[in-house]
Amino acid sequence: MRLNECRPGQIGTIVGTVGNGPLVQRLMEMGVIAGARIRVVRLAPLGDPMEVELHGYRLSIRKAEAGVVEVSI
Amino acid sequence: MIGNPNTGKTSVFNALTGLAQKVGNYPGVTVEKKIGLLAPGIELVDLPGMYSLAAHSPDELLAARVLLGEHDGEPRPDLVLVVADAANLQRNLYLTTQVIEIGLPAILVLNMIDAAERRGISVNTRALSRILGVPVIPTVAHRRLGIAELRAAIHDSVGSPPPRPSWTLPEAIVRERDALASRFGANAYILMRALIDEGGPVEQFLASRMDGDLRDALAEARARIRVSGRSPAAEEAEARHRWIAGALETTVRREERRKSLSERIDNVLVHRVLGLPIFMLVMSGGFISIFMWAVPFMDLITGAFGFLGELARRLFAGTPLQGGALESLIADGALAGVGGVMVFLPQIVFLFFFIALLDDCGYMARAAFLMDRIFRAVGLSGMSFIPMLSSFACAVPGILATRTIGNARDRIATILIAPFMSCSARIPVYSLMIAAFIPARMIGGVLPLQGLVFGAMYFVGIFAAIPAALVLRRTLLRGPGSTYLMELPPYKIPSPRSVGIRIIDRSRTFVRQAGTIIFAMSIIVWALGYFPRPPEIGRAHEALRAEARLSLDGEARETRLREIDREEAGAYMRNSVLGRAGRLLEPAVKPLGWDWKIGMATIASFPAREVIVSTLSIIYDLGKDAEDRREKEALIGKLSAARWPDGSPVFTIPVAVSVMVFFALCCQCGATLAVIKRETNSWRWTALSFGYMTAIAYIGALVVYRAGTALLA
Repeated sequence: MRLNECRPGQIGTIVGTVGNGPLVQRLMEMGVIAGARIRVVRLAPLGDPMEVELHGYRLSIRKAEAGVVEVSI
Repeated sequence: MIGNPNTGKTSVFNALTGLAQKVGNYPGVTVEKKIGLLAPGIELVDLPGMYSLAAHSPDELLAARVLLGEHDGEPRPDLVLVVADAANLQRNLYLTTQVIEIGLPAILVLNMIDAAERRGISVNTRALSRILGVPVIPTVAHRRLGIAELRAAIHDSVGSPPPRPSWTLPEAIVRERDALASRFGANAYILMRALIDEGGPVEQFLASRMDGDLRDALAEARARIRVSGRSPAAEEAEARHRWIAGALETTVRREERRKSLSERIDNVLVHRVLGLPIFMLVMSGGFISIFMWAVPFMDLITGAFGFLGELARRLFAGTPLQGGALESLIADGALAGVGGVMVFLPQIVFLFFFIALLDDCGYMARAAFLMDRIFRAVGLSGMSFIPMLSSFACAVPGILATRTIGNARDRIATILIAPFMSCSARIPVYSLMIAAFIPARMIGGVLPLQGLVFGAMYFVGIFAAIPAALVLRRTLLRGPGSTYLMELPPYKIPSPRSVGIRIIDRSRTFVRQAGTIIFAMSIIVWALGYFPRPPEIGRAHEALRAEARLSLDGEARETRLREIDREEAGAYMRNSVLGRAGRLLEPAVKPLGWDWKIGMATIASFPAREVIVSTLSIIYDLGKDAEDRREKEALIGKLSAARWPDGSPVFTIPVAVSVMVFFALCCQCGATLAVIKRETNSWRWTALSFGYMTAIAYIGALVVYRAGTALLA
């Protein structure tokens, strides 16, 4: 499933990213790469963006952009 | 010095250099560079915080070029310090490996090692050093732990041979890179970045300097790499992360700890329901205290400049220069102009204290997280929130704060709309117009009309900013929707040292600006309002004075003499270049219901908006000290008595509101424009912000005046 479909508290393993371009490259540099564990911590009060944890740090990302990350729960 | 954001890079920099630092700008780019002295003759340059050398932004391109010694006027460094967060190595080593590949002696500074240990992470620095091939020094920079060891390591490393990386990038990338390097003769690392970062600034930069062959060669090389089905960027990222994960397996031990304090704080501060109310409370609390705490200091500064002006006049008293141009230049031009702006220094100091505090403890990142959804509606991102917030005090620090915005289009859009936020310099304008022309009535028995109008002026700016941002983002600043990808660092106790250094740094910038640009503008406006001075005016008023001295005495004489002084000042003003310009401009401001005097005061208030109050009082033949309450009442009386030639009053409620709306929306502020020029490094954006804001202000004032007049008719 896609990262933006995950609910707060869910933990998954990143399968990969869809597409190319600067956003995907940036995500990969930040550690969003196949095999990494990722946890959805919470959504912002207005429902977007989302806060995730990976490699022991917190990253916030908009749902629309989280849609390029594929995870398996 | 290079490193990820939130690694305590600034603390390391401060610990190594103390106050021996200065801020400069790289020519042609708006990236700020901080330089400090490590020791006499040894400079430490702080490059912008970044996650990767893959150049997507001007910051990153600049860092790569400085490291390669390809930036004009900047010698190739002798040593690179890479600052990393010890608790966050998987991500931090990504940039580290890229920097080591450049082939300069390097040191890895493992900062915040104490926080890592508290979280159950222990790093075998010696083993890590062996694997990376560079010295690794653990530090806790804000407590100055490990700084002596770091100094020693710097001393030992300068001149040592460059490290030999023990990792390899995918063979396809290496092969294409080497082929490109031998064909084009450019730096292999730069060519590799151009190859991997498709469409990025490095490629554009190289393509502009070499012929079209390079673009084609890069495209062909990428196509060959893609045969494996994966993009060069993905190949690089995976190869690095895979190597880093392996290196960390043998050098870092982590034991799972229970929920961190940071997480528990966040459960409250960014809570689904409580998050926004708490945020509102923090912001309004902060702003109320800024204004409250600043007042006594502002009074002190006003007093000091008043005293200086008095002193100047006293120095001239009795000399042949008394009442002459030089006295007026010093007292009314330089001191009044600079003093009028310096008075905001306390607010700026407190504002920066508030911002530095929130930023240092980690709450700012949460503020952006909370506000992103709202800002996205106008095409911006949560990153624009802080600059907009700062602009309510003054647009100058607000525009400086846009430097944290990574996306260049977002940053310019934010710079262009920030001056719409009603800054503190508009307050004197609002309060004069409201006191004079808005009746002190209660609406429905509870809502004070004057207060409502005052609040409405703030909303006029905010509501103008929304469509402006939308339009800018869709026309001139059209581009990929702003992305928002932000680290939420763990909370920490702010370091007094770094907060202090930041405040000193910003205040210095502000004072320097007041001392140069605002000083120059004050003098120009003063001169335009002072010259020419036809001798007939002086002679005519001298005759009136002589007459008064003969016919009156006692109190009546003094009053009459003061009145003559004011009339004389007014007559000179009407005759000055500024006065004539005002009359020339009258057809343009007449549709707004303004007479030439208001038009002229508007031009005169170019250096700073609050100047309109003192200009109006000079024009209406009153003393300049409209700050004084009695004088202010007198000014209100004069304004209400002003008549058009046909006998109808100049100032009606619609006129007063149209003046306020114009001042709420226009970009009539020399300091703001100067800072826009510096930060965008472009006259085009500066002219645009002046032009479009003045146009919106004009239209707004026109609509308000016409609608108001029609309603009252």
